[in-house]
Formats: sequence, structure tokens, C-alpha cells
Amino acid sequence: MLKIIKPGLLSTIQDLGRHGYQKFGVIASGVMDPLAHRIANLLVGNDEDAATLEITLAGPVILFEKDALISLCGGDLSPAIDGKSVRMWRTIFVKKGSKLQFGAHQSGCRTYLSIAGGFKVPEIMDSSSTYLRAEIGGFHGRALKADDRLETNLMTDLSKVIMEALIPDTDEPFGDIGWSITSSISPFLSGESTIQVIPGRQFHLFTKESKQNLFKESYDVSPQSDRMGYRLQGAKLSLSEPEDLISEAVAFGSIQVPPDGNPIVLLADRQTTGGYPKIGQIASVDMSLIAQAKPGDSLSFKKITVEAAQQLYLEQENNIQQLKQGIRLKFKSG
Amino acid sequence: MEVTYSPLGDRAVVIEVADAITPETQNRVQVLSSYFDEHPPGWMIEYIPAFTTVTVFYDILKVSKNTQHPYKKVCEELDAILSSVQGNRQFASRTIEIPVCYGGEFGPDLEFVAKHNGIQPEDVIDIHTSGDYTINMIGFAPGFPFVGGMPEEIATPRRDSPRLAIPERTVGIAGKQTGVYPIETPGGWQLIGRTPIRLFRPELDPPSLLAAGDKLVFRSISLEEYSNWEEHD
Repeated sequence: MLKIIKPGLLSTIQDLGRHGYQKFGVIASGVMDPLAHRIANLLVGNDEDAATLEITLAGPVILFEKDALISLCGGDLSPAIDGKSVRMWRTIFVKKGSKLQFGAHQSGCRTYLSIAGGFKVPEIMDSSSTYLRAEIGGFHGRALKADDRLETNLMTDLSKVIMEALIPDTDEPFGDIGWSITSSISPFLSGESTIQVIPGRQFHLFTKESKQNLFKESYDVSPQSDRMGYRLQGAKLSLSEPEDLISEAVAFGSIQVPPDGNPIVLLADRQTTGGYPKIGQIASVDMSLIAQAKPGDSLSFKKITVEAAQQLYLEQENNIQQLKQGIRLKFKSG
Repeated sequence: MEVTYSPLGDRAVVIEVADAITPETQNRVQVLSSYFDEHPPGWMIEYIPAFTTVTVFYDILKVSKNTQHPYKKVCEELDAILSSVQGNRQFASRTIEIPVCYGGEFGPDLEFVAKHNGIQPEDVIDIHTSGDYTINMIGFAPGFPFVGGMPEEIATPRRDSPRLAIPERTVGIAGKQTGVYPIETPGGWQLIGRTPIRLFRPELDPPSLLAAGDKLVFRSISLEEYSNWEEHD
């Protein structure tokens, strides 16, 4: 069991999202950085979509009331256990009575804390994700507060084997696996900052200059950014002629442009439909880059075709499957 | 117009069945939606119906089993589905009554809507309850209905500055549209009343009281009736 001593800025339970209910206007929610979440789960022997804790910018202080197997993936917010810094992207055994806390943000802005077994919360509409605005899902439909206690589900056999292997024989508060994920798996890890964008359905309605600017100029993430979307500031984008569009579906990573010309990237808590023209759509493989961008960060975009984006997606999935196999083999063979 | 397909990024495709909002368009969207409900393709994750489009989200890994070009493959499969579900189909039309307590603290903009249209608040209520309403689409928020058929005489532009929080179940007007906010959200609509009926029911399947194609009837109720209703909610 985990006890929340301090909640941090915004710490919510999330999984890969609430799918199948968008036709009823129910937003998908889910993690902002699906890749970091999936890897965090794989590292502790969980299913990829087990619920994790999404920690934003200022992290929580968490007391472990039982021994646990955890990993921390995504943005580096200087995690430390009992004052001793711990590595990101690794499997970590945490001894009962230890305290996890976070410090300055070194890179990115969201850390995913996975725990063997996954967090135990009721599923609402087939998902454990917190839908803040409707106050459903996750931990009582809200962000964590001080004194909350989080429970975990039963561990998988794989988790048990990994946990056994990592129990330190010293009286250290934790023990880690000794190796980390390679940077080839995520563009965020390799320091890449150009985000690949597939032209949107209304791309052709924009002025020639706007179409060029999107891929030439850089855009700053404004402070008015949250899990619903990031407002960007930079060269303004405008339509050749004003158009009254008919509302249609939007998706994770849709870049829509309201009449003020400042693009908005729609993210995990986006609405299901929208009426603003969409100039582009972020390639799935680059979602980490946007999810880990924080207010003040600068982004630039590069054009990519649907076909190329799908090939990159398949390569990334292949890498994740190899990682999964690797973890299994390493621990099954002892 | 011909049906067109266009990508919404690398994991969804927008099927545009027509370029204007007509009863025929709405029927085609409904026909396609109910096909996907009854025969969901193995690679489909979910779909989102709108006014003139149905957007299908797909699993690239599942589609890629037999092809190097998942997007192209999905379009081909959708084309085959669309040619097999051509034509109109009659759907049993439900009529759902939405009781509304108009004005007062529930409808702080009722007076403004009246003044804007040069009529009395009671006239706004009479006209609002007399419309021939059909739900064109559910979207934006859980169970939020986009409703056509509001009489022009009470059309009122959005507020200059949106409210930060509109209470759930509030009935509003924006231009020629009317609708009900199922959950508390920010919004710029003119608020004319509130219903005791919950539109979003996360504990039920489906979680939305309303669906595209439903007819709506608004009925004016007293504050007393509203309060009694809420006790049973």
C-alpha cells in the first residue's frame, strides 16, 4: 500500500484510455505519454495498460507501507528514495517504510510511476483513467490528495520473479536492476525535438504562407496548456477564406487552428469532436515529444506522410515487443 | 456527392458521406453507425459519428498483418462495407421529453434572450417548448446533444466572454442552436433553464441518455416540480 504524504501539482491514475465511448461524447482520457506508461509497466512485469500514476512537474511524496517493485519512466523530475537519487527507466525494488519524493525537473514534465500489479481502482467504462471534469474513473475521479492510500492488484508471476531478483542483500532502501532502456525506443529519450506532422483534412484551406510557416517556424508552448490541449504561440496560421466548418471527430495529436491563428494541439483529455480546421496531426511515434513539452518549450514541426508515419509506428511497436521479450527472457532464465 | 476518405493522422480515417447537413445525410451516418455497432471490423477500435462524417479509429498492428499499407487497406475495407450498406434504413425514432425549469437562478440569461429578440421571457419559454427538435449529433462533452430545429425568433449570439463553469443539466442557446450541458464545463452559451434529468449516466450502458436521431420535446416545469423531481433522481 502507498500513502500519499504530499500530492504534488497534479498526480492522477491513468491507463491507455477509455475506448469505445467517444460516440457518446465521453472523452478518451488516459496517459499523455503512452510510450513512457507502457515501458514503465513492462519493466515491472505488468500488462502494458495497467494503471500507472501520472505525475506532473512538481512530484508527490509517497510512503511505501509495503515492499514494492516500481519503475519511473518519462520526464525526469529528480526522483529520490529516502534522499538517495534513483534512476529513471529502470526496475526498482523499494523497501517497506521508504519514502519516494521528487525534486527539480531535469527533462520533460511527466513521470509515470508503475507498480507491480498495477494500481487497484474500479474500472469505469472499461478503463481506470481519471476523467477529471466528469469526476469519474481513477482514484475517486480526482487528482491525489494528502493522506490518500493507493492499493495494488495481485502481481503477475513475472513480477514476482523480478521482485525476488532485486531484493538487496544490504540494508539499502532500494535496489535496482542495473540496466536502463536504450534511447532508440523513444524520440524523447534521444533528445529529438522536431515533431512529425501529417497534414490535416483542412490543410489545403490554409494560406500558402501558413502552410509553409507550420513547417518552417518554431512554436512555443504557452502557459495556457493542460491535459486537454496545448496552446502554441508563433507565426499565426490563417485560412485563405473564412470557412464555417461542420464539426467532426478530433484525435490525440490533432492540431486545430481557431480564428485567432494560434494552433492548439489536442491531447489526452480532448473533447470528442470539434469545429475548428485541423492543419495537421502529430504522428503517433512522436506523441512523447509533445506530452513531455512544458510551458515555455519551443517545438518545431516536420511534414510526414501517413504511410511513413505508420511504418515508424510499426518499427516502434517492434522495439517495444523486443523489450518485452527481453525482460521475459532475462528473468525466466534466471 | 461521392463518399470520401481522408486520414485523421496515422490511426484514424474520416469517412465523409455528404457535405451538407440534411435528413438523408443524417440517415447515412446512422446507417453506418449501426453497421459498426452490429458488425465491428476486427481492426476497429471505435468510431465517432458527427453531422456529415463517421471517423473510424483502427489498430495499425491488426491491419498490418496482411499489408505494408495499413491506411490504404482500411480504406479498401471500408469501401467494401459502404457498398454493402447503401440505401436508407428506417430507424425507430424515440421522442424524449426534457422537463425544464426556466429562468431564475437556473436561467440567468432568459431576460437577455428575451430582450435581444424584443419579446417577453414567457414568450421565450413558449417558443423554446414549441420547437421541432432532432438530435443531429452527440459530442463535445459526454451525452451533449447538438440539436437542430430551434425557432429563429429566440436565436441569440453567444456571450462575449464565456462563463468558467456552467452547472450540469443547464439548458442553453447559442445562435440558432440549443442544447443541454450534461456535466459542469466552461461555456459561452446563453443559459435559460435547467432540467432535473441527467443526460450523462456513467453507471449505465450506454452512458448517454440521448442519441443522434432522437426527437426532443422541452416542457416547462415549475420550481416545485423541479425540486420534487430532483429528490427522485
